[in-house]
Amino acid sequence: MKLPLPPLPSALQPKPKRPGEGERVKPIDQAKEAGIATVDWIDERTSLSGALRWTMFRKVPKGTNWFYTLGSATLFAFLSQAVTGVFLAMYYDPSPVRAYESARHITNDVFLGEFVRGMHKWGSTVMVILIFLHMGRVFFFGAYKYPRELNWVIGSVLLILTMTMSFTGYLLPFDQRSYWATIVGVNINGTGPIVGPFLSDFLRGGAGFGATTLSRFYAIHMLLVPGGLIALIGAHLYLVARLGTTAPPWIKPSHDTGHLEERV
Amino acid sequence: MAEGRNDPKSKYTLDRGMPGAFEGETVTRRRFMNVAAQGAGAVAVAAFVLPALGFAAGSALFERPPVTWQSIGPLDDFVDDTYIPRVITETPGIGEVGKTTVYVRQRNDQIDAPPNPPGYDERVVALSTRCMHLGCPVRYVEASQRFICPCHGGVYDFRGFVDGGPPVRPLDRFYTRVRAGQVEIGPRYSVNSEFRRFPSYRDPAQDLDGIGQYIYPGRFSTPKQ
Repeated sequence: MKLPLPPLPSALQPKPKRPGEGERVKPIDQAKEAGIATVDWIDERTSLSGALRWTMFRKVPKGTNWFYTLGSATLFAFLSQAVTGVFLAMYYDPSPVRAYESARHITNDVFLGEFVRGMHKWGSTVMVILIFLHMGRVFFFGAYKYPRELNWVIGSVLLILTMTMSFTGYLLPFDQRSYWATIVGVNINGTGPIVGPFLSDFLRGGAGFGATTLSRFYAIHMLLVPGGLIALIGAHLYLVARLGTTAPPWIKPSHDTGHLEERV
Repeated sequence: MAEGRNDPKSKYTLDRGMPGAFEGETVTRRRFMNVAAQGAGAVAVAAFVLPALGFAAGSALFERPPVTWQSIGPLDDFVDDTYIPRVITETPGIGEVGKTTVYVRQRNDQIDAPPNPPGYDERVVALSTRCMHLGCPVRYVEASQRFICPCHGGVYDFRGFVDGGPPVRPLDRFYTRVRAGQVEIGPRYSVNSEFRRFPSYRDPAQDLDGIGQYIYPGRFSTPKQ
């Protein structure tokens, strides 16, 4: 029960707080707010939250199912390849006399080397399989049709670039299988009329398998093609976010057409 | 009359009432600046792209290693009814990877075509082990007197001509010579099924009969003798 205050001279009466003079902000509160304050600070200067909302909170059609995760699965396979590849590059030596030895060193001596190299090796196969499953999903669901044709084309280029990665990466362990597979692969390139012979010379860095072939393949594998892959994956995802996904073909439009029927 | 959107504008800036226009001037200053800036950008990009491309492609397409002759032993080491394998260095400086096997025998007038070109003193025949299907290494099988490729089943007869399987032309050969009793192996060359010689050797799988010799051109430069 609250008692009324005794009559006091106005000088002694407690003054109401002036506007803006609230509780002092304690350091603990500042610490609590630090995260959101940082995000706010960045967002105020970049407006990233809008882009993020546009990307992440999209409407998806009815019937969206597990098959729609194959594209993301491919993306994560690529990320796994990128991360393991970067760390493998720290131990790998792309010189013809040292390559096999350095790959052997990764597998046999380096801590977790066999595991990371195995992830990169088997992950490449997983990525190719996932790409084809994803491609099959898009094909059988009819998701390549208008207005998504360009995304199909970009996806096809991504497939070709992934195959280029597989081809150039196959040489890098530099064992017998790598060597002869590359000889065969480059010679298949050479069967293209007119340009074929020059293309295979360009790939090898000369008329025969020479001193620069391995480092060429290494540069293509870790610099040239990944750059293209990352750029095109960005374009691919942008178009997915912009155009949305398609409903599976077994989902029919559900609007009530009864009163739209035209009667003559 | 109000100027309509579809009225054709005069190409002279003077007629279009632009401030500071000169007589006979057709390019506006905005347009000139635009073209100049874009052009400068194009020049800057070309300045690093063209040298980089030339760097990547030039030595691969235009440079040839110098001709070397490698001694592989005295002439008496070789006979004319079977092949003796010898290892030579095709690309120096890269260890085992730069080595290749050649199959060597003495020339046999009974089975070998006349020397090509005439007058070429070919006393030793040296065959490359590169299968002319896709480049795997062939092996000489003594029992059948055939060269057999392990990859896709290419078979060549004793002279290196295709006997079966997918290869498109006979096995490549090497120039040979005898110096001071020693057999020496020189540059590689290709032959077609009529034993025509192509000094700029082609990659495997490149047919050299009929239209093949035109759609698979030789390299810009052949090794300097």
